[in-house]
Amino acid sequence: MQGTMILMISALLLSGCANLGVEPWERDILAKKEMQIVSDPVSASLDDHIYFSKEASSGGAGFGGGGCGCN
Amino acid sequence: MQLKEKKSLSGALASATCALLGGVTSLGGAAAVQAEDHGWEIDTAVLIYDEKDRVSAVEPVVSAKKTFDGDRILNLKMVLDSLTGASPNGATATDVPQTFTRPSGKGSYIVEAGEIPLDDTFQDTRGAFSIGWEQPINRLTRVSVGGYVSAEYDYSSVAVNAGISRDFNKRNTTLSAAISFSADQWDPEGGIPIPFASMAPAGEEPPRLGSTDDKTITDLVFGLTQVINRRTLMQWNYSLSRSSGYLNDPFKIISVIDAQSGETLDYVYENRPEDRTKHSLYWKTKYHLQRGDTLDFSYRYMIDDWDIDSHTFDFYYRWNMSERYYFEPHARYYQQSAADFYQHSLLDGEAAGLKEASADYRLAELDGITLGGKFGVKFAGGSELNFRLERYEQTGDTSPGDAIGVQKSVDLFPDLEANIFQIGYSFKW
Repeated sequence: MQGTMILMISALLLSGCANLGVEPWERDILAKKEMQIVSDPVSASLDDHIYFSKEASSGGAGFGGGGCGCN
Repeated sequence: MQLKEKKSLSGALASATCALLGGVTSLGGAAAVQAEDHGWEIDTAVLIYDEKDRVSAVEPVVSAKKTFDGDRILNLKMVLDSLTGASPNGATATDVPQTFTRPSGKGSYIVEAGEIPLDDTFQDTRGAFSIGWEQPINRLTRVSVGGYVSAEYDYSSVAVNAGISRDFNKRNTTLSAAISFSADQWDPEGGIPIPFASMAPAGEEPPRLGSTDDKTITDLVFGLTQVINRRTLMQWNYSLSRSSGYLNDPFKIISVIDAQSGETLDYVYENRPEDRTKHSLYWKTKYHLQRGDTLDFSYRYMIDDWDIDSHTFDFYYRWNMSERYYFEPHARYYQQSAADFYQHSLLDGEAAGLKEASADYRLAELDGITLGGKFGVKFAGGSELNFRLERYEQTGDTSPGDAIGVQKSVDLFPDLEANIFQIGYSFKW
């Protein structure tokens, strides 16, 4: 029952997403480096480390835990 | 006509519900860029992080990515992190000079009246190495595995991770899931303090439970990345993070104060719960403007079972000044509530009835603002040089309503001002 529900919800979500998007030949802008979800991974990881050691939250965009005695 | 309306309404509803799921990683078609050649892409940077009167850090990074035939990708990264300076020890300022025992138990330092107590011997070097591999397993599905090790003087960490992503809808939608498991160990100078034990005077045997302790962290991230149109990309993530084991900071103490005068009577070691579960919702939008610039906005809501919740707003505007130069202003706002066991100080005798307490300012209610920007120059052959300069300021309640006696005349939250400078160079090899 639960599995069927999850399948139905997933199907609904994916069909919703199907109304969005572009054709393969319309990806010129999306292919630019600055349009990537993480366009500067090195700066993003340095920032994650700063805020992990100074604030009580971490992660969200990716994994959030561990790796440093700074928090 | 009626049919058309019905279709667009159901489409809008389904699109809206689509937004309720979370999304993760840059794996997959909705966000992926095909590699142009099969050489190494190298990113290098040096970060200089400098807090006013407190910690300074220098952090060089080298990251390398190679794409092999069949769209298989190897990622390697090395980071060194060198820290010196002073860090708040958790005790509160008071109207007389205070003497603290160093974590080793073998010496002491004095903090002047009215000053926020900082342990000025904070010094550490951390080295971290990570490796990641990702590849397609069929036309629409990619998998990734990775590992991480880091070591510093008093702390070590080993982590492994794995992820899977699948594209749908002509690669406009990517669903992904990833897991990470980390095993960390503390080996602090002077050992693991006994919770709520009083700080011993220098030269005496410090109250210790042992020399090392450890914790594990498991992270799960589920994501949905969606191409909205030719200019807009969005990502939604839900992440769950569970930490178990020794979650204390072994160097943090709490002032014990007289309930009438507010004078400091003693210092005791902190104690936090042995488990923490965090939930985060994350939404990111990238939008490419008609004029060629890019907006990047993200929001994160985090909540945990320590009663902390936080809101993070992050905004970048990439102004492409020409084919060669760009400038990217950045603004970030962060706000968190306090952990339920956070106390700036304890009343005399109060510790006896407590299971947990910490005066670590990072568990207090606080706001953080970052403002700055990055300037980049692109060269022929795909290399780029960039400079980043930002300022990070953190503020909290310096005069909380429950301050007693002399506490009313001193700052009870150590405001933070930091400058962040970074120089980066990326090239193909």
